[in-house]
Amino acid sequence: MSLLELSGVDKIFGGLHAVRGVSFQVEKGKIFGLIGPNGAGKTTLFNVITGVYTPERGQILFEGNNIAGLKPALIAQRGVARTFQNIRIFRTMTVAENVMVAGHHLHKASIASAMLRTRGYERDERALAKRAHELLEILGLSELASEVAGSLPYGSQRRLEIARGLMLSPQLLLLDEPAAGMNSQEARTLNEQIRFLRDQLGLTVVLVEHNMAVVMNVCETIHVVDHGETIAQGTPSEIKSHPKVLAAYLGEEAPGSEPPG
Amino acid sequence: MRAVVRSAIALAVLLLLYGLQAGVQAGFTEYAQGIILLAGINIILAVGLNLINGTTGQFSIGHAGFMAVGAYAAAFVGVKLAAPIHGVLGTGSFADAVVFNVALLAGATFAGICGLIVGMPSLRLRGDYLAVVTLGFGEIIRILFNNATFLGSATGYSGDDPSGLPRYTNFFWVFAWVAVIVTLVHNLTFSQTGRSLTAIREDEIAAEAMATPSTRLKVIAFAFSAATAGIAGGLFAHMQAGVRPEDFRFEKSIDMIVMIIVGGLGSISGAILGGIFVAVSLELMRDLQQYRLVLYALLLIVIMIVRPEGLLGTRELHHLLRRKPAAKPAPPAEGA
Repeated sequence: MSLLELSGVDKIFGGLHAVRGVSFQVEKGKIFGLIGPNGAGKTTLFNVITGVYTPERGQILFEGNNIAGLKPALIAQRGVARTFQNIRIFRTMTVAENVMVAGHHLHKASIASAMLRTRGYERDERALAKRAHELLEILGLSELASEVAGSLPYGSQRRLEIARGLMLSPQLLLLDEPAAGMNSQEARTLNEQIRFLRDQLGLTVVLVEHNMAVVMNVCETIHVVDHGETIAQGTPSEIKSHPKVLAAYLGEEAPGSEPPG
Repeated sequence: MRAVVRSAIALAVLLLLYGLQAGVQAGFTEYAQGIILLAGINIILAVGLNLINGTTGQFSIGHAGFMAVGAYAAAFVGVKLAAPIHGVLGTGSFADAVVFNVALLAGATFAGICGLIVGMPSLRLRGDYLAVVTLGFGEIIRILFNNATFLGSATGYSGDDPSGLPRYTNFFWVFAWVAVIVTLVHNLTFSQTGRSLTAIREDEIAAEAMATPSTRLKVIAFAFSAATAGIAGGLFAHMQAGVRPEDFRFEKSIDMIVMIIVGGLGSISGAILGGIFVAVSLELMRDLQQYRLVLYALLLIVIMIVRPEGLLGTRELHHLLRRKPAAKPAPPAEGA
């Protein structure tokens, strides 16, 4: 059984059919790429999967259960973590606090016990801090743990979003343009980190990305959308030479025209 | 061991307050004592409101309504419970203390329930709905009290005794409650719940994507904040001969907002300083009557231009003294 399965998903904003009949399956333990030109509906698909939007039609099965239309917090609790294209970290909080926010499942102590600082509360708090520091270690951010998150450079903020998502102990990690704004060195490190998450933490990763060096390098399967519809799916080498994909990215060749030169 | 240390600290604080109480009564005029008590009540109001307007980033502009509910409930319960409790415990100061604190808790409970009722529909939405609803609530409550004959209508409620409400409120009780509420709010703010509330303020969509039950937490924080305003209202009611609807006009809500903006939205120590500032400045400007609002407006404009984050920003005094970065980083496991 696949971990995530979309079937016939439609999302409509007024007159705009942002996503039309998109279906795909993501097998457990895979790194799955979702690409397409700007405005193709990739981020909308992420928002539909994570409950920010409710799809008009179609099913979204996560571990076999339909999660379409559930509240974002519930979907996150079930093990779907995400990052955001336009970074959404908690800017005034420290790096460690940002990560700890996502640790509700490690923090069973009630609000009353937090107010009274009971033993149970302090034990949970230590467990949370410890886990947060482990994750910051993985993403190479541990030295920045007590920095204010908003003061971090762009690439570090993106990695912080991943660390924060991992705090949910997710099964599925949705990365929305994780390499945006990174230089090629940072992008290479990111490739390694994504593989590490899959190999060492057993995560399934779905990736929206424009940086083809990243997509073609780490993804095992790539799904291409354009104007809200699926146009192709396959391995990186299949996608590279797929005529519809080339047309979507580079435009159709005018009939009868000869390549210059 | 922990329990022993904590009890010792609590006992030390109570003894200190008890000693200071005698000192304050001997060393200050009645007038100055009144200002000190008001400052304490303001601290409770500001610290409680800051939890919502500062930490959580939701805007309540009708907190005087919750204070009014607490004040009337504490006054009413205090009057009606006095006879039965005195019947059981005699008429000593211990019995008075029991009556007083039961009345205060009743005020907190009623105000907290009103907070739930107001918060549940309006906090489900993002945006400024809470401001509109709390504004309406503050006015509705005042007009309700204005017309409630069993609570004395516009002349206010002063109990069944012609001499008015028993004046239980003194330095000791005000600052004991200040200590309790500041401790509870501080512990809440610097906990997983407080982090989540701050996360909601910073980015509610991201907070929800990180499994934060944002509506639930906002409503809980709001009801708790309303309950603290209820305690402040109860202390205020028992400081004077009676409670009047006039005491809880819209200006009172504005005073509270001035307190937390002057001190720095999101800072507990800032709220404490702001509470003291408003108590003192209100007295200094007493001759100006309603024109003080003009001065407050000017002050707010100047703060917005010169120091938009307020006196302390989101920092706390003890962080500044330790020369640490703004927010408290979580220490690693060892040694805690």
